[in-house]
Amino acid sequence: MTDIVITGIGAFTPLGADAPTTWEGLLAGRNGVAPLTEDWAADLPVRFAAHTAADPLEHLDRVAARRLDRSAQLALIAGLEAWRDAGLGLGDDNPVDHERLGVTCASGIGGLQTTLFQWDIQKEKGPRRVSPFTVPMLMANAPAANLGLRIGARAGVHTPVSACASSNEAIALAVDMMRLGRADIVLAGGTEAVIHALPINAFAQMNALSRRNDDPQHASRPWDVDRDGFVLGEGACLLVLETLEHATARGAHIYGTLAGAGISADSYDIVQPDPSGHGQSSAMERALRNSGLSASDIRHVNAHGTSTPAGDVTEAHSIRRALGDAADQVIVTSTKSMTGHLLGGAGSLETFAALMAINSRQVPATINIENLEPDLPIDVATTVRDLPDGDLAAINNSFGFGGHNVAVVVSNAHQSRGLAS
Amino acid sequence: MASTEEIRSEVAQIVNEIVGVAPEDVQLDKSFADDLDVDSLSMVEIVVACEEKFGVTIPQEEQGNLKTVGDAVAYIERAQA
Repeated sequence: MTDIVITGIGAFTPLGADAPTTWEGLLAGRNGVAPLTEDWAADLPVRFAAHTAADPLEHLDRVAARRLDRSAQLALIAGLEAWRDAGLGLGDDNPVDHERLGVTCASGIGGLQTTLFQWDIQKEKGPRRVSPFTVPMLMANAPAANLGLRIGARAGVHTPVSACASSNEAIALAVDMMRLGRADIVLAGGTEAVIHALPINAFAQMNALSRRNDDPQHASRPWDVDRDGFVLGEGACLLVLETLEHATARGAHIYGTLAGAGISADSYDIVQPDPSGHGQSSAMERALRNSGLSASDIRHVNAHGTSTPAGDVTEAHSIRRALGDAADQVIVTSTKSMTGHLLGGAGSLETFAALMAINSRQVPATINIENLEPDLPIDVATTVRDLPDGDLAAINNSFGFGGHNVAVVVSNAHQSRGLAS
Repeated sequence: MASTEEIRSEVAQIVNEIVGVAPEDVQLDKSFADDLDVDSLSMVEIVVACEEKFGVTIPQEEQGNLKTVGDAVAYIERAQA
């Protein structure tokens, strides 16, 4: 089996404008959630969210930015950070064989802010005023396509769409591309930017969002008995994945190994997770098989853990079912307690968090837990927890509306660098 | 009536806003596509911005004839006359 390693990381998130600041924030328990003070939020049933920590326009060329939906802006910043972090350049400084270079960059929803903004313009100012860039901005594959253009990817540029599992699916697809021999190096991850009155209200109408308007910073509280829904976040995270052979040949530094991925579908309900958790467990079991690892190799799980009343408990039982007695030695956390839920950006951000946890041997706390749900069959980290010496592997779960389940496994095999190096 | 130079200057500001070319480089003899690197979608934006700025209508079939900055300025002058 072809070993796949992670050689570059980039993140533009509610906790920071880059990957190191984001990881530092996760370990420090920093809170990315804040009230929405904009006029458009005044009448909404939910008036808080987790915006990116910085304005993307301060990180992009003005002309380039005006042709990109916010979701693509965030992806471009994070993707190019990852690319530079892997020691790679652009144009003449890009040593990679373009025919062997791919991109998989997911989005759960696509360029919705562009769609809504341009529709407002058409209604208010007439058809002639709609931007000719509307279609290339709103299409869900625009973040992937723009990244592909910048780094010169010709092995294939893909945008998996599976709601909140999308960017884990992008990582799974990247692994398949390399193991099937279609690429040697893939920029993989996802992005989302839908903090806007319509999607917030639409999620609220489903009763999916927390309504803790009087105390937003404590709203995302996975496994706390008083959790009442997820908190919408935005951001992007991209990883440079490459075959071990390719990374070694060019002398790349290695954060760890992308050991494998597992995918399943509930086929149960369009939005409710199957309460049996069967599909979730299957995804984790398939991810272990795909990785050539066993349950006893796993020491950490970055859970989907969105802070919904039903979902968190179902996942806890799914983890126990998938790992069996080996779950006793697994520390589970939900970093969504700090970042909110990035939807199509969640999978890659949390795969990054799981990678850094085993890379640094520290699991971030799940913040905001005042009263832990009783009788959980898992060990939830309510403080930062140390991982043991030796070989480590971790699972990152992402589950999406539509019944999509994707588990990704990372390990510290081949690790040659940490964040500071 | 705005002078040719006043119209060129306004068009230059629009081109700068949309594609980032320095306004002083937007001269009458410059080709939008060949000299200023204006792609077809950006050209649509420039035309619509000119319509709004100068209160004129530039039909879609005319757009293909606007090869240079001078072509656009001349069209605007005629349309305003």
